[in-house]
Order: sequence, then structure tokens, then C-alpha cells
Amino acid sequence: MGMQIYLPIAEVSVNAFLLLGLGGLVGILSGMFGVGGGFLMTPLLFFIGIPPAVAVATSANQIVASSFSGVLAHFRRRTVDLRMGTVLLIGGLIGAAAGVAVFNYLRSIGQVDLMVRLCYVLFLGVIGTLMFVESLSALRKSSSGRRPQRKKHGLVHKMPFKMRFRVSGLYISVIPPLLVGLVVGVLAAIMGVGGGFIMVPAMIYILGMPTKVVIGTSLFQIIFVAGFTTMLHATTNYTVDVVLAVLLLVGGVIGAQIGTNIGLRMKAEQLRVLLALLVMVVCGKLALELLLMPSELYSIAATRAE
Amino acid sequence: MRARLISLLALCLATAFPVCAEQVILGLSKNEVAITASFDGSEILIFGAVRREEPIPEGPPLEVVITVAGPSLPVTVRRKERRFGIWVNTDAVDVDQAPSYYAVASSGPLGEVLTNIDDLRYSISVPRAIRSVGAPMNIEDSGAFTDALIRIREDVDLYQMLEEKVVVDQQTLFRTSIQLPASLTEGGYVTRIFLTRDGNVISQYQTTIDVRKVGLERWLFMLSRNQPLLYGLMSIFIAVAAGWGASAGFTLLRR
Repeated sequence: MGMQIYLPIAEVSVNAFLLLGLGGLVGILSGMFGVGGGFLMTPLLFFIGIPPAVAVATSANQIVASSFSGVLAHFRRRTVDLRMGTVLLIGGLIGAAAGVAVFNYLRSIGQVDLMVRLCYVLFLGVIGTLMFVESLSALRKSSSGRRPQRKKHGLVHKMPFKMRFRVSGLYISVIPPLLVGLVVGVLAAIMGVGGGFIMVPAMIYILGMPTKVVIGTSLFQIIFVAGFTTMLHATTNYTVDVVLAVLLLVGGVIGAQIGTNIGLRMKAEQLRVLLALLVMVVCGKLALELLLMPSELYSIAATRAE
Repeated sequence: MRARLISLLALCLATAFPVCAEQVILGLSKNEVAITASFDGSEILIFGAVRREEPIPEGPPLEVVITVAGPSLPVTVRRKERRFGIWVNTDAVDVDQAPSYYAVASSGPLGEVLTNIDDLRYSISVPRAIRSVGAPMNIEDSGAFTDALIRIREDVDLYQMLEEKVVVDQQTLFRTSIQLPASLTEGGYVTRIFLTRDGNVISQYQTTIDVRKVGLERWLFMLSRNQPLLYGLMSIFIAVAAGWGASAGFTLLRR
């Protein structure tokens, strides 16, 4: 199995089958659960020895591909709210620019690794736990009808600058979607993720969007935010490795096909429980790495020219 | 003026190499290493002979020390400490110049074939090849940081101590092989050969092995540095095309 390939930007040599397999594995999960998979891909790339800066930037590039592939299917079914997507996107682009600036600052003081890991532990932990609790209770009463949960009149409806979002059937202020977009944009740039796993719950529970348009709209804006992040990393840090991205893509495309077929044969609640467990395992592993004494206390980084 | 400079230079050389009667004639199995997409490390054979006009001198035998150094770059070494229950990078030491790759091969234990003075003068052993001006005032154990740098790079074969790996025949022919790992930085790899007697350097020779990315690897690397905007757009274009292709392919398969 000696199919080593030298990555021109990462400047490391890795096994091509390992990358294809990794892409495939994340693709299967992404197809099964309808998430981008960036939150799994980036830590896995750290684990096989890709420099963190390259892993984060290249994941962003790979997310462009997977979300573009996904959004086309949603356009066909007319489940994309373009107006809401555009508002989220404006927030997202500002957030991504701020996120890359924060990323570069943290890199210069040597804390980027810590920050990325802390973000992962925090967000994966909170979302994994919430999802686990919610899906378990849904699984228990899956026979007893749907939960009524829409159109609550909260803070979202008292803010100014209201706008009508016809596809979502909403008449709300543009401030909450702008803020949601902003936060997800910052996280996307720092964590190398599309932010789907944060965006989707935020759209349902904070903005009150109907579930059927959430995933398509989220994917729509993620393409642009991830594309913008890719460009920023490519022009300021030179850390996008296109060879790595292509290998992950090929695996991902095949994996997503298999994953979708597995997903179709399972109950939605079962899938959510499994996804929640997966998120919690990744979170637990990263948390342990922060808490346990590392075997090597020292690390080397190239000094950046000021 | 020029004549005086030349005679001064000659004097310096004469003091540096008291016996200049022995000189190196070098051969390399390759003086270029091409990093291709399938690059998986490389082995370089370094061999040569000692040319002399007179018979082999009496006394301690001839020893050979060979070093290969990749391009030097400034690096920052950071140390983790436990803060608020988690492990965080705290202290950092900047090392001005550390070779990205460094191998020292010698015909005997380095301490026996080379004196400390000449090690210092020619920067031969690994710690001597690293240049560090000094740590910030608050760090007292800056040596631990350079030790860590060497330890981490030795673990991935970027730094190699190859004692007794140079074979010397009849005090005239020598050879060794040096393994370059898969994760290499581009640049000129300075190769130096030192002849020593009684631990003192009596002659040295220097050449450069060129390590270069070639083909697609070179093209992509140069594009990412010289035309980052174009490179970024190309990466996104590939991603979008792959995403579209996947979606179209899936639709065809389902029909």
C-alpha cells in the first residue's frame, strides 16, 4: 500500500489511500446526517499530521465542493430561501473576514491550536448534548405525534428593520439573521468548518424558520462563506493545499453516495441520536487532549516575518 | 593592496589548515533531488577520495566527517504549561536559524574524530548548527528549548546523527549514504566534507545538492505564492466543478 503522495503546500508526504479513505468516511457521515462534515474533517487532518493552518484552510475549500453539491439538489426542490440566505451571507462575509484576522493574530502569538480546540470542545459539547437529549426524548415519544413548535412571538419580532421572507413564511427583523450569519462566519474561519451544525439549530430555534428550507438555505450561504474563507486563507497565509483538497473530495463524493443510501434506511430520530453521539465522542477526545498532560510539551512553528 | 590581501588570505588558510597536503575529491550519486507528487524520501550516496602529493603522513589515522544541511529558517519553539486546568502554550523562544534538515555522518564517534574547538569553529554537530541569539529575560532554561527542537526533529529523521557511518578505506577512499525523509523543504542542501587528523580539521570541501519541487508540485507551489488570487479562484473552481459533477453523477445513477 505504498502510495505516498507529496502535498505541495503542506510539504508533507502522506498516503493517498488514507486521504481517500478519510474523505470517504466523512462523506458517508455527511451523507447520512446532512452535515458538511468539516467539524470531523479538520480534527482528523490534525491527527494525520497535516499542519493545523493548512488543515483549516483546505477544509474550507473542501466544504465549498460538498455544499455546492448539496445545494443543487435543494434548488431542484425549491427549498432555498434566497432572500434569507443573502442576509445571512452578508453577516457571514463580515464574520469570515473578522475570523481570518483573529486566526492570523492567534497564530502569531502561538495560540491558534488552543483556540481552535476550545471552540470545538465548546460548540461540539453544547450542540452534541442538546441534540442527544432532544433526539432521545423524540425517540421515546416518536409514536405520539409531532411537537408543535413555530411562530413564537419573542425578541426576534420586537426588533426594527423588518423584512418579509416569503419562502420561509416569516416577517422578522434583519438583525437576528445578520448576527447569526456573523457568528457562524467567525467560527467558519477559525475552525475550518462550514458551520452547518451551528447554523441549522440557530435557524430553527432562533429565527423560527421551517425545517424544510433550513438545510438548503444554510448550504447556499455556506458555499459563499467557505469560498470567501478559502480566498482569504489562500491570499494571506498561502495555506490552501489543492492536492489535499482534491483527494478528500474524491473520497467524499463516493462516501456521500453510500451515506445517503444508509441514511434513507434509518429513522430520523435514530440518525439524530447517532450524530449526537458522534459529535460528543469528537468533543470528548479533543477535551481529553486539552486536559491530559501531552507527551511532548514543546512545539515548533515557523517564525512569521513581521 | 591586492597582493597584500592575497598574502593575508594565504596566511589565514595556512593557519587554518596546517597540513594542506590532503584534499577531497568528491562524488555524489545525485546532485539534484526532484520532489515529485510521488516523492517518498531519497537516498544520497556520498563518496570520494583523498588526493595527496606525498605519502600518507605518520601518526593518527585520517577521519572523515560529512554534514548535509537544508535551508536554515527562523523558528519559534513553544512550551505548554497547565493553566486553569488545560494545557496552554506559554513560554516561547525564537531560534534565529535552524536548518530544516541536518545530518552529520562521521567515521568514528564524533567526540573522538573532532575536537570541541573545531566543532565550534566549523559549526559541525547538530547543536552547533543551530544559531540562537538568546532567550527572553524571563526564561532561564533556554537550553531546554533548543534540546526540544533537536529532539522533535530527530524523531522525524529531520536531524540525524550518523556516527561511525562513514567508511574509510586505506585512509584514501571514503563513502556514506544519507537518507532524506519524505517531508523536505526546497532549497540548496549544503554538503560539507571535513578531513580530520587527531581531531583537527585539516581540509574541507563544500558543494550543494539542489532539492526542488518539479512538475505539478512546482507549478502549484509557485502559483500559490506568486498568484495567490488566481490560485484561490482555481481551488474554488475545482471544488465547485467537483460538487456539480457529484450532484449530476448522483442524479444519473438514481435514474
